[in-house]
Amino acid sequence: MEGVLGLPGTGSAAGGGGGGGGVPSGSSGNGSMSTVSKAEVVEQDYVGMLSEVSSYPAESELELGLGLSLGGAGKATNKPSAWGEYGRILTAKDFPSIVSRGSSASSSSSPGTGRPHPSVITPVSGTKRTADSVAQEVGSGNGSSSQVVGWPPIRAYRMNSLVSQLKAPSSEEEERMIPENNRSKDALAKGTNNGNTKSKSNVQEKGRLPSSLFVKVNMDGVPIGRKVDLNAHNCYETLAQALEEMFHKPTTTVNTARGEKEHGVVVEAEKPSKLLDGSSEFVLTYEDKEGDWMLVGDVPWGMFLNTVKRLRIMRTSEANGLAPRFQERDARQRNKPI
Amino acid sequence: MAYSFPEEVLEHVFSFIHSYKDRNAISLVCKSWYDIERWCRRRIFIGNCYAVTPRITIRRFPELRSVSLKGKPHFADYNLVPHKWGANLYPWVAAMAQAYPWLEELRLKRMVVTDDTLEMISHSFKNFKVLVLSSCEGFTTHGLAAIAANCRNLRELDLQETEVDDPSGNWLSHFPESCTSLVSLNFTRLEGEVSFSALERLVGRCTNLRTLRLNQAVPLDKLANLLCRAPQLVDLGTGIYSGEVRPELYSKLVSAFAGCKELKNLSGLWEVVPAYLPAIYPVCPGLTSLNLSYATIQSVDLIKLVSQCQNLQQLWVLDYIEDSGLDALAASCKDLRELRVFPSDPYGAEQNVSLTEQGLVSVSEGCPKLHSVLYFCRQMSNAALFTIARNRPNMTRFRLCILEPHTPDYLTLQPLDVGFGAIVEHCKNLRRLSLSGLLTDRVFEYIGTHAKKLRMLSVAFAGDSDLGLHHVLSGCKSLRKLEIRDCPFGDKALLANASKLETMRSLWMSSCSVSFGACKLLGQKMQRLNVEVIDESGPPDSSPDDCPVERLYAYRSVAGPRFDRPTFVWTVDENSAMRLS
Repeated sequence: MEGVLGLPGTGSAAGGGGGGGGVPSGSSGNGSMSTVSKAEVVEQDYVGMLSEVSSYPAESELELGLGLSLGGAGKATNKPSAWGEYGRILTAKDFPSIVSRGSSASSSSSPGTGRPHPSVITPVSGTKRTADSVAQEVGSGNGSSSQVVGWPPIRAYRMNSLVSQLKAPSSEEEERMIPENNRSKDALAKGTNNGNTKSKSNVQEKGRLPSSLFVKVNMDGVPIGRKVDLNAHNCYETLAQALEEMFHKPTTTVNTARGEKEHGVVVEAEKPSKLLDGSSEFVLTYEDKEGDWMLVGDVPWGMFLNTVKRLRIMRTSEANGLAPRFQERDARQRNKPI
Repeated sequence: MAYSFPEEVLEHVFSFIHSYKDRNAISLVCKSWYDIERWCRRRIFIGNCYAVTPRITIRRFPELRSVSLKGKPHFADYNLVPHKWGANLYPWVAAMAQAYPWLEELRLKRMVVTDDTLEMISHSFKNFKVLVLSSCEGFTTHGLAAIAANCRNLRELDLQETEVDDPSGNWLSHFPESCTSLVSLNFTRLEGEVSFSALERLVGRCTNLRTLRLNQAVPLDKLANLLCRAPQLVDLGTGIYSGEVRPELYSKLVSAFAGCKELKNLSGLWEVVPAYLPAIYPVCPGLTSLNLSYATIQSVDLIKLVSQCQNLQQLWVLDYIEDSGLDALAASCKDLRELRVFPSDPYGAEQNVSLTEQGLVSVSEGCPKLHSVLYFCRQMSNAALFTIARNRPNMTRFRLCILEPHTPDYLTLQPLDVGFGAIVEHCKNLRRLSLSGLLTDRVFEYIGTHAKKLRMLSVAFAGDSDLGLHHVLSGCKSLRKLEIRDCPFGDKALLANASKLETMRSLWMSSCSVSFGACKLLGQKMQRLNVEVIDESGPPDSSPDDCPVERLYAYRSVAGPRFDRPTFVWTVDENSAMRLS
C-alpha cells in the first residue's frame, strides 16, 4: 500500500520525475506516482495511511457529549420554501450511479449520528430537511426558518450582484451571444450530474430567487440605512413589523460614568406605527426596476419581490402624489388589511 | 560589566525591523530594549479592537504613525453578528487625535465608522496619508467628502468591500484642485453616481496614481477616457463592462487598454458583454491578478481570456468556468498561486454548471505554486482530496465549501474525514482551513494530530460530540482563530481547554451546545478572557443554566470588560455577577 501513495518527493525518482523540477504531466506513462490526475485510488488504499493518532483522553473523562442530533431530531414540519413551486422533485432515476454505490459502502468510520443519506438522492427536499433540522437559527430578525442564516458563506453584496445581473433585462440580449454548446458536451463527458445543467436563461425563466434578498432601507431623518432580507418574509405585514422594530428600537448603551461614550446613532423619530395603512407619520415606499417610487402594498407580494430595488420609509407629507389615487387608497386601507 | 550600545544606535538598528513578530520579540529581550523599542515603534496591528484599549496602546507606544485595527468577528460577513454589536472606531480616533497628531495611516477591517469620525480624522491628523476601510460600515459620502477636502497629503483612499451610502453624489469634487498626491483610489462598493468630470480631472492631475477601482456607475466609455488619462495604472477595477456593442466604443477601448503597459491587476468587470472582452487581450500577458468573480460569462469566453494570462498568479472566478476551464487554466497559468471559485447559483438545488471536484484536482496538478484555494462546489470525494493533498503539499490556505451541508463523499457515501485528514497530514504549512461536507469527530482527530501550523479553522455542520472540539483545542498548537457554527460541541471540551483560549485571539461558537452555565464559569475563571453571550431573544439567565446559548464569542483581552455592550450582549466577570448593559 505504501508504494501506491508515496509522497511526490520520494515517488518521483522511480517514475516520470525525470530530470529535476518540472511538473510531471498528467498522463504518466511509466506509472509515475508523483502526481495523480484522476481520482483512481479507492478509499481503502489510503484509509490506513494516516499516521497513528496520539492517544486522546479516555472516554470516561469526556463522555460522548449530548450534542445536537443534526440528523433526525429536527423540526417535523417542512415550512414551504419560497421557491417550492419552481423546484422539481428529483427521483432515484436521476441518480443511477449513486444509488448502486450506496449499497456497497466500505466500512470505514461511519457517521456518529447514523443519519441516512437521502440528501444526495433528493437534493430539493434535502435542502429543506437540512435547513429545518439544523439547530435553531440565530435570531437575527429573519422571520423564516426555511433558510439557514449565513450559509453558504457568501457576502451579501456578492449575492445581490449575481441576482441583479440575472434579473436584468439586458442579460437576455447577452444570452444570444453566448454559445451554449459547451454545456451538453461536458455534461455527457463527465456524467457526474444528472444532465440537467441549466444555463442562466433557465434560472431566469423559472424566476428562482436566492434564499436571501437583502435590500437597502432608508428612513427619512436617519442618515445611515439598514438592510432587510425580503425573502425572510412572505407578506407585507411581517415586513412592515420588522421595519418598525428595526428603526425604532434603541440599542446603543452609554456609560457616562467612565467618560467613554459609545458613538452611535440613536433613532429619534417618532414611533412609526402602522406603516402600511397610512395612519402614521411615515409611509413605506419602494423604488422599482424602472426607478419609480411606489407605495408598498399595491401589488402581489411575489411581483413586489421581482421589481423592488430598495425601500424608503418616507414622511407622509412627502409621499403625496406618489402613486395615483393615494388619498382614496389611504381611506380604503384603513378598513382592509393587505 | 559590558554596557550595550547607546540607545540611539539600538534605535537605529531596530528601525530596520518591520515585522510585528520580530518587534514583539525584541521587546522581550530586556527592560531597556523594551523601552527603546516602544519609543521607536511606528506601526502596530491590533487583531481585535477589544483586546486592548486606546489608552493602553497609547501608553505603551507613544509615537505611532500607522495603526491597523480589526473589529467584528469574521462570521459578521455572513450576517451572524447582530447589528450594533460594536467595533466602533470613534473612541480610538478620539484618543489618537490627542496622542498621535502625526498619525499617517489607518487600516480598518469590520469596524463601524461614522461620518463624524471621518470628519475628526480629517481635522486631527495633519499628515494623514492612508485610509483603508475594508468591510466597514456606518458612514456616507459626507464623511468621505471631509477626508477628500481636508487631508492635503492623502495618498490612499481604499474602501474595498465597504458599502457606502451616497446621499449627495458630489464627494469627489471635494478633492481640491491642488490635490495631486493620490496613489490609490478604490470605491467599488459606493452606491450612487459619480461626477465623471470631477473624476477625470482628479485622475488626470494625480500622475502617481497606481490603483484605481471604480464602482458600477462608471460605464465603458468613461472607463476609456480614464485609462487614457492614467496609462501608468498598475491596478484597475473597471465599472460596468457592458453596453450596446458599438464599433467606435470598442476601438476606443482597445487603444485605451493598449496604452496600459504597466497593468498587473484587473478587477471589477461587472455585467461583462463578451463582445468587449477582446479589448482586454493585449494586457493579459502582463496580468498577475484577475478578478472575474462578478463576470457572468460562460466557460468558452473565460477560457479564451485566461489562456492568454500566462503570468497569472491570482484568479477569482465564478463556477461558470467549469471543469474544462480549470483544465485550460492548469495548462496555461503555471505561475498560479491563488484560486477562488465562487458559486453562480448557491441556493439552487441542482447543479447548474459542470464544475466538480475534478476542476480543482486539475489545477492542483498543473499549477505547482498553487497554495491558496477557496472553492465552492456541490460534490467532493475523499479520493480527490487525497490527490490534491499529495499534489500540493505546499498548500497554506484551503477553504472548501460544499454547498449542501452534510454532503458525503459522492462516490462512497462516506464522510470526508480521511480526505481532509490527508490535507492536514501532507500540507504541513497549512495556516487556514475551512471544512464542509459530512464530517465526524474523526476529522478533528486528524486535525489535532497534524495541523500544527494551523492558525485559523472554520467549521460548520460537522462533528458528533465534544471529542471533536477537544481534539482541535488540545492539538492545534498554533491556533489563533476558531469559528464554529451548528456543531454538537458543548461544555466539556470548552471547559477542559479553557486555558487554551487565552493563547488564541478568539473563539466563535453559534448554534452549538454550549450552556450559559459553562459560559459563566469560563468568564469567572479566566481573568484575561472576555466571554460574550450574544442572544437577542432575552436574558440568558431567564432560561435554565443548561440551556444552550445562541452565540458565544470569547476573546483574550487586557482591556477588561467593554463598556459599549449593546443590550443583547451578556458578559460575566470574576465577581460572578452577570453584567447587563
